[in-house]
This record gives sequence, structure tokens and C-alpha cells, in this order.
Amino acid sequence: MTAATMTAAPREDATPTRRRRRRTNPLVYFVALVLVAFTLGPVLYAILGGFRTNAQLAANPAGMPDPFVWSNYVNVLTDARFWTYALNSSVVALLTTAMVVVFGLMAAYPLSRYHFKFREPLYMIFVAGLLFPATVAVIPLFIIISKDLGMSNTWWGLALPQAAFALPMTIVILRPFLQAIPSEIEEAAFIDGASRLQVFIRMMVPLAGPGLVTVGVLAFVGSWNAYLLPLLLLQGNMRTLPLGVADYSSEHSADTAGVFAFTSLAMIPAMIFFLTMQRRIVGGLSGAVKG
Amino acid sequence: MAIEVIAFTAPALALFAMFVVWPMLKAIQFSLFKWKGFGPLVDFVGLKNYVSVLSNDVFIGALGHNLFIVVASIAIQLPLGIAIALLLNRKMRFQGILRTVVFVPYVLAEVIAGVVWFQLLQPKYGVIDSVLAAIGIQGPAQGFLGTPEYALWTVMVVLTWKYLGLAIILFLAGLQSVPQELDEAAQIDGASWWQTQWHITIPLLGPTLRTWAFLSMVGSLQLFDMVWILTKGGPANATTTMATFLINEGTKRSNYGIAGAASVILFVIALTMALLYQRFILRRDNESTDPKKARR
Repeated sequence: MTAATMTAAPREDATPTRRRRRRTNPLVYFVALVLVAFTLGPVLYAILGGFRTNAQLAANPAGMPDPFVWSNYVNVLTDARFWTYALNSSVVALLTTAMVVVFGLMAAYPLSRYHFKFREPLYMIFVAGLLFPATVAVIPLFIIISKDLGMSNTWWGLALPQAAFALPMTIVILRPFLQAIPSEIEEAAFIDGASRLQVFIRMMVPLAGPGLVTVGVLAFVGSWNAYLLPLLLLQGNMRTLPLGVADYSSEHSADTAGVFAFTSLAMIPAMIFFLTMQRRIVGGLSGAVKG
Repeated sequence: MAIEVIAFTAPALALFAMFVVWPMLKAIQFSLFKWKGFGPLVDFVGLKNYVSVLSNDVFIGALGHNLFIVVASIAIQLPLGIAIALLLNRKMRFQGILRTVVFVPYVLAEVIAGVVWFQLLQPKYGVIDSVLAAIGIQGPAQGFLGTPEYALWTVMVVLTWKYLGLAIILFLAGLQSVPQELDEAAQIDGASWWQTQWHITIPLLGPTLRTWAFLSMVGSLQLFDMVWILTKGGPANATTTMATFLINEGTKRSNYGIAGAASVILFVIALTMALLYQRFILRRDNESTDPKKARR
């Protein structure tokens, strides 16, 4: 059916693209609708589920909130643990992002703009890091951080390894950004008497701006969503939001509506961040894929 | 100059050495000992841990599950992703909103998505079972996640929900670089829309598809979060992955030697796959594109 309708159109029309713009096949809208239902369905169900009582959920799992119940959300928002988890997530994500951006840019700078003997081998060390799945190192990492460094249950104890694992991708993304900056700019600055450090801070940082935002967003989202490493390293009040959601879900397994409310509220920060940074994330990911 | 290079790279190298390289080496070391986490590392057992991991039915099953997920992810998401990306690439209303919506599951933490799906999939009281019941299909008594025959497929459905959007978005980004003139030229020559896509657009999308498949493979081999939340590897180890196996051995049972051996094996499998893929499939892309030009 699609093929038939599509072949007919362009032939007699001089500007096929414009023609297509005006008459989009209904099938396209149908597929789009199915896609939206599949994608958003579970998320909307969870949000609406938070506005129902457990009795409502049990009596009619597929129904709407009737009446709307606010108590589940109020309970979560007045639960001190929720805010503690959110604070932990924010601090760890910010520490991770700051280290990734600063150290990543510092390392990418000589790797892209200096000429020295071990440049490519040094770069390959970081590239090889892309192939180390974090899962593989996670048990020794847990022992090193808790026993050797005594840093379990601290913000830094989680942020440091997370930053370390995010560095390879960061350097791989940033290096071409810095390489693309014309060397004349640097040379002009040197002639004017600027030092290496001044050039780095005054010129490289602003010129690499878009790349820095991309790697920053990736690091932040990665840290915010992380589960395995926090699961091993953090207990009690030091836990992050994803761990809080998992705990809440197993502790209150009978309270489905409460779990939905807690989970829905935990979604909000990532959603807001995503909606504001969406184009960056997509740009960064497709840049990474192309590389 | 050398001092500057060292000064600039030192923080990154120190972090990397301390939290990536050192634990990797430790994993190899642990794998050669029978160590329960107490006292000094003395019981050297050579390759015994490797033998016991590789002859462990649960681990072999886990390896099978990982390979199933690698293959199923590509087999399901590649055609679906291409078809949807091609449709969304056409001029239509609400395009911007659609592209945002499609990406929502990917942005959610795997844990949060897992908790939501766990609730939806509850036997009897969950919405999925009740909707199925309404159209006359009786869900399994133990629920889809609690029945060994269905559990892995159910995890696969949830993974598709979580990651299809990423495939679509990446393919859409790849489509941006396919020149429109080719499309138009083919259509003027009388090719149908589907013919144009099949013979011109999809082949030009090749590099994006191959790189996506690579990322998907690597991700599938390391799968942990979603499985841990949905099933903890059960029922009856029906959904264990290599990662849940090694975490279970390492944290629940303190079998650090076994966990170490399992993680080295996981690493070797991932590395081998990556190298083979690089050698035979991605090589075409690396040769044909100048790395500097490929970036924007």
C-alpha cells in the first residue's frame, strides 16, 4: 500500500520534495503514534499510578486515578531520605563532571597540540580504556576503595573512580576539537608574550567550549544514572537516588502506588536536565559514534 | 616541553592508573588465588579458578544469555530502528516532539526504568497481565519475569524499550549526512520511496549502523543493572549474565578468585569481539574516512 501511494506522487510533480511535505502518508502518523504509546506509556503509567491508591491499583490496574490522590507524592517529598539521596546524587555527579572536564581537557591539550615522541602511545593508553568494561574491575575497585583507601561511603570515593572511567571517552571526544583549532591563533598569542598556561586558559578553554559541554553532559548523566559502583560503595544515608529507588521498591513492595510516586519524582531531575541539554547529548553521542 | 606534557597529563593519568588499570591488574591477580577477602593473598591456585568458572553451568548459561542478548538486540533494534528513523526523517508535523519523546527511555536510569517495568510486570495485579487478561490472554501464574521460559525474552522487551530510542536518534543523526540530492535524483528517475531508501539511503547509513552495532554489542556483554533490578538473574538462573554472575560471586559469596577469573574471561571475550569487529567490519569505515573530516 505504501509503495503504491509513494510511486504515484513524484512523477507528475515538478518538485517532489515539496509535494511530499504537504501530503504525509497516514501510515507515518500511525507508526509515530504507536511509537509514542510504547515509549511514554510506562512512564505516564508510573506518574499517574503515583496519584492512585493501592486499592485503586488493585481493583483496576489499567484505570485512571479516581479521585486523584496526592498523599503518595506528599509522603515522598516530606521524606528526608529522598532529599538526602538527591543531594548525594547531585554532589557526586558535580564532582565527577568537574574532574572529567578539567582533567580530560588538560590531558587532551598536549595530546592534540604538542609534538613529542610518546604522543600516540600515550593516546592509545586512553583509547584502550574504552575497552575495559567497568564491570570487570568493579570487585577489585570495591576492595581498593574500601580497604586500601578507606574511602567507602564517601562522595569522593565514588566520584574519583567514576571520573577515571569517563576519561577515555572524554579524551577521545575532545582531542579532535582541539586539533581543529588553527595553530596560527596560538602562535600569535606566543608572539604577544603569552605563556603556555595563559594560552591554555584564555584560548583553548573557550574554543573547546562546545566539546566541553558535550563531555560534561555525558559525564553528568552517566554519574547520575550509575548503579553498580554506588551499589557496592555506598550504604545508608550516603546512597544516591537510583539506589534509593531500588531500596524503596524492595522495602515497600506491597505499596505499589508509593513506589510509583517515589520513582516518578526520581525521574524528574534527569528529565529536566535532558530536556534542556537534549541537543548536546544527541550531538555528543553522534559525534562519538562517528569517531 | 616534556615537563609541560607531564604536568598536563598527570592528573588524568594518575586517576586512570589508580582506578582503571590497577583494579584490572588486581582482578587478574585475584583470579590466580583462592581468596575470601581476609588476610594475605597466599593460596595460589594457578588456573584452577578459570577451570571452575568455565566448567560452571551457571557461568556457561550466563555466557549464552549474553550472546543471546547481543544477537537479539541487533536483530530486533536494527530493522525497527532503521524503519522508524526513515519514517521520522520524512517531513511531518510534531517531528521535534517525536524525536524528544523517543529518547526519553534512554535518559532514564536503567534502575528507574527497571523498577517501573518490575511493577508493570507484577503477576496478576500488574497492568500488563490485566490488559492481556482483558483481551483473553492469561499471563503465566508466576508472572513473565518469574517463569524461566519467558524471563529472558521479557528482559529483552524491556531492553528494547530502553535502547530503541538511542538507535533511532543515532540513525536519524546519520541520515542528516545523507545528501538529499541523491534521493531526489533517484525519485526523478522513477524510483519508489522504498527503492530509494533501500538502494541509496541505507547503504550510505552503513558507518553509523556498524558503529551503533558495535556499541550495542559491548553494552550487551556488560549488562547488569536491568537484570539485577528485574530478576536478580533468576528464576533458576534463567537470566543470569556474566556481570550478575561475577557480582554475585564477589559480593554475596566473597569468592574473589572466582569473580576475578570470571571478570578476566568477560574482558577477554569483549576484547576479542571488539578486535574481530574492528578487523573485519569497522575497518572499511576507518579506511574510507579521514578522521579529521568525519567530525564536525
